[in-house]
Amino acid sequence: MEYESVIGLEVHVQLQTKSKLFCGCLVNFGAAPNSQTCPVCLGLPGVLPVFNRQAFEWGIRVALALDATVGRVMKFDRKQYFYPDLPKNYQISQYDQPLARRGALTIDGEGNSKRIGIHRIHLEEDAGKLLHSTDEPVSFVDFNRAGVPLLEIVSEPDLRSTEEAYQYLVELKAVLQYLEVSNCNMEEGSLRCDTNVSLRRPTDISLGAKVEIKNLNSFRAVKQALEHEIKRQALLLDQGSAIALETRLWDAKRQRTESMRSKEDAADYRYFPEPDLVPFVIDSNVVEQIQAALPELPAQRRQRFQSVYQLSAYDAHVLTQERTLAELFERTACLCQKPKAVANWIMGDLLAYLNAKNLALDAVTLRPEWLAQLIGLVDDGTLSGTMAKEVWGKVLERGIEPAVIVREGSLQQIVDVGLLEHLADSVIREYPKSVEDYSKGKANALMYLVGQGMKRSQGKANPQQMTQLLKRKLDELRERITGRVTE
Amino acid sequence: MSVDSLAALTIHELHSLISAGKIQPQQLLEDLLERIEYHNGRLHAYLSVDPDRLHRQLEDQLRTRKAGRLAGIPITLKDNLCVSAEEITCASRILRGFRCPYDATVVQRLREEGAVIIPRANMDEFAFGSSTENSAFGGTRNPWALDRVPGGSSGGSACAVSADMAIAALGSDTGGSIRQPACCCGVVGLKPTYGRVSRYGLVAFASSLDQIGPITKDVTDAAILLGVIAGHDARDSTCAPVEVPDYVSTLQWPVKKLRIGIPKEYFVEGIDTEVKAALDEAVRTFERLGLVCESISLPHTPYAIATYYLIATAEASSNLARYDGVQYGYRSATNLRQESSSNGLLEMHRRTRTEGFGSEVKRRILLGTYVLSQGYYEAYYLKGMKVRTLIKQDFDAAWSRCDVILTPTAPTPAFRIGEKLENPLQMYLSDVYTISANLAGIPGLSMPCGFSREGLPLGMQLLAAPFKEQKLLQIAYAYEQATDWHRRKPTLSRQQIAQSK
Repeated sequence: MEYESVIGLEVHVQLQTKSKLFCGCLVNFGAAPNSQTCPVCLGLPGVLPVFNRQAFEWGIRVALALDATVGRVMKFDRKQYFYPDLPKNYQISQYDQPLARRGALTIDGEGNSKRIGIHRIHLEEDAGKLLHSTDEPVSFVDFNRAGVPLLEIVSEPDLRSTEEAYQYLVELKAVLQYLEVSNCNMEEGSLRCDTNVSLRRPTDISLGAKVEIKNLNSFRAVKQALEHEIKRQALLLDQGSAIALETRLWDAKRQRTESMRSKEDAADYRYFPEPDLVPFVIDSNVVEQIQAALPELPAQRRQRFQSVYQLSAYDAHVLTQERTLAELFERTACLCQKPKAVANWIMGDLLAYLNAKNLALDAVTLRPEWLAQLIGLVDDGTLSGTMAKEVWGKVLERGIEPAVIVREGSLQQIVDVGLLEHLADSVIREYPKSVEDYSKGKANALMYLVGQGMKRSQGKANPQQMTQLLKRKLDELRERITGRVTE
Repeated sequence: MSVDSLAALTIHELHSLISAGKIQPQQLLEDLLERIEYHNGRLHAYLSVDPDRLHRQLEDQLRTRKAGRLAGIPITLKDNLCVSAEEITCASRILRGFRCPYDATVVQRLREEGAVIIPRANMDEFAFGSSTENSAFGGTRNPWALDRVPGGSSGGSACAVSADMAIAALGSDTGGSIRQPACCCGVVGLKPTYGRVSRYGLVAFASSLDQIGPITKDVTDAAILLGVIAGHDARDSTCAPVEVPDYVSTLQWPVKKLRIGIPKEYFVEGIDTEVKAALDEAVRTFERLGLVCESISLPHTPYAIATYYLIATAEASSNLARYDGVQYGYRSATNLRQESSSNGLLEMHRRTRTEGFGSEVKRRILLGTYVLSQGYYEAYYLKGMKVRTLIKQDFDAAWSRCDVILTPTAPTPAFRIGEKLENPLQMYLSDVYTISANLAGIPGLSMPCGFSREGLPLGMQLLAAPFKEQKLLQIAYAYEQATDWHRRKPTLSRQQIAQSK
């Protein structure tokens, strides 16, 4: 039978503020275990949390960018459960009065844009990390992550396909990156995601039984897990079985979901207002200031790229997906005034290179000036299209400017002196007139021959080396001739 | 005044003597340590005292600090106030051996004024109790009668001050834990306004009720200590940025015509006749001093205890969740390797908490967990919070009619050791007069106002509007000047100690 899938996403994003949500410890990935901790984030007896103003403002920034209504009051609650990575055995989070509600994110589904509702956005502290020894039945806790600000963004169940869910995540990540609140790196855990999905017949009005899926470590995993889960549920429904309300874990190795706990076993978190943090009324002036200072968002930039640079909707979409990519495009386009060429270089060779190497853009050293220069070198005929591609590959590989690579190109030929000699000899054979002119003392003739040699080398020879080589050969020739004459 | 030991003096007396160069701080510390060594075995006011460390601390203090308000004067701390590098247990097995890596804000402030910090005064485990009998390491005795409790939970601090085993002390008060033991031991105890003193470094019991305050030999010392520890602290978001007045220089301001309210709900059944008589006498004294006393009503008073035990246990169950054997403190030694990994963890938590916590702590954690559970939260915690607001409004309304409110501190003088141990509800009723001040967040001061026929101290409580500690201290000071209860000392002779054996 045909079913409609109803999907919701719960995204946790780490705000890369300077310090943690409730203490002065630094927020950095990859520091030595427990080196970024203090009595407060370790939850030692007697400590108290102090709310980080930057996290508060960044939370509002995200809420406003997602068109959500910021709450009247900023209030924290304690969410209580025992786990060794949670130093206080409660998490300071927000329960009944989240930072913001009722937002939306527009995605470009297959051709049509669609508004996906955002149910709520709230701030909370991250937990530590457990490390399990493989040799012994021993576990370790690293509390560096404990207390890092997390923003939880919960969508409405407005997504109707795996593709839409994927689009939502891509767009949300782009928005967060544009806002410069997080690098959204899933490997480092700065962006994490749970999803829930239910199926229903297209004619149904009410929703089916909902299954939550956890342990999704990449956008691809979200896609695969949803695809798998939708199939699993459809099969059960076809057989006339009921779907159990439960939480399932995605097993990426086996490519399947497995039951983790049923909803009846769901923990009672015993939420209550955090007494150590006084609730305060959110100043509407602060909200207005943050609103006024919002940067251009991906959707706006997409529109502008189409109108200002005459890009196609598709090109504009690809180029704005990541803030850094959009900035590279725009700065290069401003330098060389050839937006279409810039778009082609970025979307073609650059993205292909990054995909092949599985790299993020910020992992390569690249300046807009270099791409502009490369386009200039193609324009003035210095480089052919094929050569430019080769040079571009080296620019990306080595992080140096194209002109240097073009110059160096011939330095590599030095190794092959034989080839250079062959070039010089063929030029000498082919232009006896110039050789004769040279022996008569016409210096210009040498320059002409060097030019011909360079041309034959497709610009890859080193001009100085070519000059020296030709001069030596011509001088030898002249000596032999004059020697014979005087003999 | 005949004094055989410097330990019997007050902060202000010692400060004058030290400033004038008449005594040396080393001599004071020696006298105090001698007194502690002599009496602590019987009274158990301190969980442990390390004379060498204290001498070193004094030397450091004298070398590096300029003369402060507490220069060279030892101040005793309840065992729930964090002192860098010192053991802190809250009188619980679960924290045994735990050394705190940082100083509480109040400790920092005491150090800045040149005080010598004496940590580890005994208390009820995690401040849960009114008798100090719940200490996991043995209770404290009342210096006035060794078969009596010193009150609690700051019983160690109050006992030490009363028995001249401390010059002055800091305690914490969640439902009366400073005032009630001060009353039982015949000394002055002040619970400041919620937000007056930073809680950073006070091991939390109930975060919305806890407050640190002084326990002293007289009102002047309470004013001095409050002046040192009060004031805004960026590390405690609940600590108010309200200016700290000079509590000492304003003590002698006239109190004539100030109005004292006497809540009728506090003088109903359950009050001891001797306590009632002492309060009546205090009223007459105030009237002689020119104050105006009149009856007022705080109608929601009967709900205070029930409300308190909902809110305090809820917060406590959460605050004590961190003692799980993972990071610090006690961990059950039971071999857990045989269990499967997830069961092993659960079992470790379970056994650690079963073995580490005493029965009153478990009782309150269970109560609090129940109060916050799904389906009960609205009926208990939320309802409790609403009644709390009503209790607060009672007081708000009262301040239009009076400047301070006068009540007994405790319904009876210090009770016998073991008397209420088997009946938690009876024990909880010991705080019937003190609890409302915590729920309303207002300051309260207990001071001696007489003695029972058996020679036990009786105490009265003065309450004031938020941040009106100054007024509280002025009126208390006027009363103290007109009476001499505070000058009486327990007679701790060798014979008496021998008798108690």
